[in-house]
Amino acid sequence: MSEIEVCHMDFKNSVWIYLVVGIIFSYVLMQSIFFLVRAYKKAIESGFTKEDLKKTILSSAVFTLAPSFAILIGLVTLTNIFGSMLAGMRLGTLGALTYELPTAELVIRTLQGFTPQPTEVRMITTALWVMTFGCIPPLLIIPLFFKKYNNKLQDIKKKDNTWNQVMMDALFIGMISAFVGFVVAPRELEINGELVTRISLLSILVFLTSSVLIIIFGVLIKKFKWEWLKNYALPLSMIFSMAMALVYFQMGVR
Amino acid sequence: MNKAYQDQLHLSGRYFMLGALLLFISAPITLSLVTGEWPTFIEFLPGFIATASVFWPITTIEVFTFTPMLGTGSSYLAFVTGNLTSIKVPVALNAQDALNVEKGSEAGDLISTIAVATSSIVTTLIILLGAILFIVTPLGTFLESDVLNPAFDNVLPALFGALGFVYISKRLKIAAIPILFMLMFFLFVPNSMGLVGAMVPVGVLISIIVSRILYKKGMIK
Repeated sequence: MSEIEVCHMDFKNSVWIYLVVGIIFSYVLMQSIFFLVRAYKKAIESGFTKEDLKKTILSSAVFTLAPSFAILIGLVTLTNIFGSMLAGMRLGTLGALTYELPTAELVIRTLQGFTPQPTEVRMITTALWVMTFGCIPPLLIIPLFFKKYNNKLQDIKKKDNTWNQVMMDALFIGMISAFVGFVVAPRELEINGELVTRISLLSILVFLTSSVLIIIFGVLIKKFKWEWLKNYALPLSMIFSMAMALVYFQMGVR
Repeated sequence: MNKAYQDQLHLSGRYFMLGALLLFISAPITLSLVTGEWPTFIEFLPGFIATASVFWPITTIEVFTFTPMLGTGSSYLAFVTGNLTSIKVPVALNAQDALNVEKGSEAGDLISTIAVATSSIVTTLIILLGAILFIVTPLGTFLESDVLNPAFDNVLPALFGALGFVYISKRLKIAAIPILFMLMFFLFVPNSMGLVGAMVPVGVLISIIVSRILYKKGMIK
């Protein structure tokens, strides 16, 4: 890359970018704190104990750690295109890596014919414009229609609460079923230095390990009445099975 | 549900969301102002059409799929902070299950909001810290190394292994058909791995239909 291009790309760390990204992160944090405080106060009024809420906060924070660190891995890839501040802003708001990276690569590939490194500033600005407007619907639909939709859901509940409970479980199961399928999807794996497309035994093994761990935690909770473990069974199953992935990988499982 | 509280939530949620919309749009505008590089219509349009034609329908369906799972307060928050399937929905589920609160009730809504808000704060701080450390330390190089890849590549199997077992064992009759369908789909449709986001609403639709039929026949309650 020439010196002039390097200078051009310096905008990624300009004070303006820091300012905008700083404001956006502050806004997101402010909104989160606002909803947290409000729900906390209302929950106390509704009869929840401070102990219950403390456990909820702590277990949610622990639960979030592993997937958030996984986002950092995605941040590395996106940083190569946008610089770390803009990349962080994109991954910390609205989207997910599964949306951000393909979109950025698509725009850059369209403009310069290849990926991943953009060679002109305009490619980066164009990618950011496309990424911003490419996932805008929720920010418009929710303020406009969510209240009405939510009222309709409340009507269903009033009409038949048992069906409402079944429907809620069905919603979660629908989401989970897609990810259970995803685990067996053939993917590109590096085996003996060659890229091969096949089912990942490692993913299936991690999935099963996590299932077994939650069963073990369930037994411990029941047998020893370890109620405290209820909040942490899921995050611990996730973290331990991710750690086991490293062991399985060392054992040659791919 | 307490109507006054819900109305207040919707009102503040709407303001926050519209504020977020304006701020998110301000990022590309600022970038173009700072660099003087504005995308031309011809440059913007192909990428935008390709992206919007896929993601506008998906994100629209996501709103109607995930908001009942999240509840009022957390919906206004989760759709601003993103990462719905990998963090926000599971964290809300975990918190509600741990306290045995009824999902879709006001209590469920409150606990879900506390969980999602906490999670949003943690994720935002980790990403912000990560972005800063990428500039001043070799953290990026360390994360780029292959050592941790097997663990971080498998966040979703690790998450849905445990979560899946809890829900599938609880509602085996509802889960059987959607899971069988998804296993077949992902096994046999080429390049299906990237379609998981689009398949979530499909899974939800199948499980709602199955559960409605079973419920009507009195086979589940």
